[in-house]
Amino acid sequence: MKLREIQKIINAEVLTGEKHLDNEIETAFACDLMSDALTFKEDKTLLLTGLVNPHTIRTAEMMDIGAIVFVRGKKPDEATIKLAEEVDIVIMTTPNILFTCSGILFANGIKGAELSCR
Amino acid sequence: MFVKGVRIIQIKYMIAKNDFSKAGAAASNIKKTLRKLGISTDVIKRVAVASYETEMNVIIHSYGGKMYLNIDVEKVTIIAEDEGPGIEDVEIAMKEGYSTATSQIRELGFGAGMGLPNIKRCADNFEIKSSLGNSTIIKMSFNLK
Ligand SMILES: Nc1ncnc2c1ncn2[C@@H]1O[C@H](COP(=O)(O)OP(=O)(O)OP(=O)(O)O)[C@@H](O)[C@H]1O
Ligand SMILES: [Mg+2]
Repeated sequence: MKLREIQKIINAEVLTGEKHLDNEIETAFACDLMSDALTFKEDKTLLLTGLVNPHTIRTAEMMDIGAIVFVRGKKPDEATIKLAEEVDIVIMTTPNILFTCSGILFANGIKGAELSCR
Repeated sequence: MFVKGVRIIQIKYMIAKNDFSKAGAAASNIKKTLRKLGISTDVIKRVAVASYETEMNVIIHSYGGKMYLNIDVEKVTIIAEDEGPGIEDVEIAMKEGYSTATSQIRELGFGAGMGLPNIKRCADNFEIKSSLGNSTIIKMSFNLK
């Protein structure tokens, strides 16, 4: 599913990376502790989180995750937005809580990301 | 440029205790350096994740330290050495879910206790040396062939 459609169905506002909204997303994962995020296999993955700070962006950068959704209406501060622009990733914010947001995406065919096991 | 067995790149990064404003800067630079060299994306991602976890551990749990990136034709090596306080029981620290992170640190998104096991999983070779009152030294390498 294109990020543009995801934005629509979860009623999100795009904060950075507008030009990447045609990128495809196949899987997603949700967590608030970044080491949990760092164990996933990247596969056109979307990160859903309530953790709004620059570490979320850094984590996405390390994982080659192209898009982050901040849930529960959380908005990142200046430093976080600046870093997201610098590493060129999409961030959006949705009023939905994490559970609802995940449910909507799952119902629309987005699958859970796989753990990488080496 | 790629002379066999000769180290082609060595970069040193200083990491300060509790400096969350720069957190991830070293790992990000390491990632960019590897990308410029045209190293495969699988290796780059494993190095990036492992160095980020290592860098964050030094920032969060130690009094500060250094991280070194070495690249030769055969492998990428990352060495981190901090100034203590060391780890009492390394075997326990390596367990998934073990963390001494405070609630303040958890609010920043760390403290899942997944860092060290994650680093070990990412690296082709991983060594950790630490004891209470001493430095923690981590050496890991990633094969390029
Ligand atoms: N450089 C270090 N110096 C001292 N103690 C360390 C160091 N690195 C790790 N530790 C100890 O080992 C524990 C486990 O580390 P690990 O990276 O696995 O988890 P964490 O850092 O607590 O959480 P996470 O990495 O998931 O955010 C830490 O909580 C800490 O007690
Ligand atoms: Mg850690």
